[in-house]
Amino acid sequence: MEFEQILFYLFSFWFIASSLAMILSRNTAFSALFLILSFFSAASLWLLLEAEFLAIILILVYVGAVMVLFLFVIKMLDIEDSTLRAKFTGYLPIGLGVAVIVIAEMSLVLGVDQFGLDVVPQPIRHASDYSNITELAMELYTIYVYPFELAAVLLLIAIIAAITLIHRPDKRAKKQSIEEQVNTQAKDRVRLVSIAPYKKKDEQ
Amino acid sequence: MMSLWQSFVELIHELIPWLDGGIATVIIILIKGIALVLPLIIMMAYMTYAERKVIGYMQLRIGPNRVGPIGLLQPFADVIKMMFKEIIFPTKANIYLFLLAPILAFVPAVAIWVVIPLGEGFYITNLDVSLLYVLAIGSVGVYGIIIAGWASNSKYPLLGALRSTALLVSYEIVIGFVIVTVVMVAGSVNLNEIVEGQKGGAWNWYFIPLFPMMIVFWISALTETNRAPFDVVEGESEIVGGTHVEYSGMCFALFFMAEYINMIMMAALAVLLFFGGWHSPFEGLPYLESLFEFVPDLVWLLVKMSFFLFLYLWIRATFPRFRYDQIMRLCWKVFLPLTIIWIFVVALMTQLAIGPWF
Repeated sequence: MEFEQILFYLFSFWFIASSLAMILSRNTAFSALFLILSFFSAASLWLLLEAEFLAIILILVYVGAVMVLFLFVIKMLDIEDSTLRAKFTGYLPIGLGVAVIVIAEMSLVLGVDQFGLDVVPQPIRHASDYSNITELAMELYTIYVYPFELAAVLLLIAIIAAITLIHRPDKRAKKQSIEEQVNTQAKDRVRLVSIAPYKKKDEQ
Repeated sequence: MMSLWQSFVELIHELIPWLDGGIATVIIILIKGIALVLPLIIMMAYMTYAERKVIGYMQLRIGPNRVGPIGLLQPFADVIKMMFKEIIFPTKANIYLFLLAPILAFVPAVAIWVVIPLGEGFYITNLDVSLLYVLAIGSVGVYGIIIAGWASNSKYPLLGALRSTALLVSYEIVIGFVIVTVVMVAGSVNLNEIVEGQKGGAWNWYFIPLFPMMIVFWISALTETNRAPFDVVEGESEIVGGTHVEYSGMCFALFFMAEYINMIMMAALAVLLFFGGWHSPFEGLPYLESLFEFVPDLVWLLVKMSFFLFLYLWIRATFPRFRYDQIMRLCWKVFLPLTIIWIFVVALMTQLAIGPWF
């Protein structure tokens, strides 16, 4: 067995094991961390495929940003384990139904007919000076430039929509004006008054 | 430096000829890694010494001067003390995550150094997307703080973790945009190529066309490494010691080491991105170039890095801590618009081919 194959099986095993652990673990924080581990294994597999840009972006976006926010939410929530388990049997039939549908769909789309060894050609090995990111940029910014820009605009609209839906300033809330605080001068805070010294008559 | 590496690699192949290509490569990478990490740890140890000395002199004190001549063995005394301290686990802490957190803080800090070139052809790996790798692995370091805050099951660590992760994630965006401007000027995300683009004297360095970005980068670097005046993770006077409250002994030392290794990394990154990396500032000057010919490229890099490391200590001794909402305002309302504007300025400069940089 070649060294690369050993790495492939190692990362694949790690990927499957961490994905299973993510679903089976009771603790939500552990689930999130196992998901991060499976992202890392997926990124390693992509690195073996010489898709280093995709691998790094997976870690940068999902591990570096999305999962941080996930853990943030988990930290804020006070999840009671027993209440979750009490509803488990009630939801079981629906969950099973959804699971069966998803597995059927996935086996249809990702099955041997579409992604078998005889259908998909073996990836070509490139020389060490081959730049994955340059090739990707050439495709993305020439042939696919309009879809790329449309996707960007769509994301921008989604961000603005999300902010306008959530952001309703409470009129009763009291806020500090940071501009005022930053731009404040010493003369705004302290008023120096010059008073001539004198003594009261009855004290003399 | 290149020839040194080459002869070293040949030596390994001669010593262990029976190994096949794959495993020999792994062994070479491991040895290279150790050769990088050991000096890094020593550098980090003496960074703590330098910090205490420099801040000491700035505050008209002497600093550590009891262990060894002028206190030079102080870092080793600290290491030995840390190693023999008891590690205390809070009763209701989640023990696995509690132990995982310092590891998650320390490992990414070291892993970043894999792609940082220290001289002409002097690196562990020449990854084509090395700058993105630095960003990606750097963002993993946040987990150390998040998990430490959550697993301690204590209120001050949780507060420290919440506010510092929000801060780190925000400033990562700013650093990302600054790096975009550098990439636009250099035309590459490979650190080696970015440094090669700054060849030939100090006027070719990128800090001139990207001057505001250099300052934004440095302030963001202070925040990313949790240094004063933005050290909201610890904030001793506000939340006792932030995420580190429940940690003791070697567990705490790992957080500490991660912070200092990140500081050295940020200094190296600032030099590589804006100050010509390992290139001499006198390249192309008639007399000075030959005068400084003998200086190895690694020394130039270390000299420039030392300046930035000194800047860390200087800033810490000078400024009081920022209030949390003011740091956030600085990030979202000042730095982010500025960096976005500068992306357009750089695009314009590239189109008009201004100066020697484009």
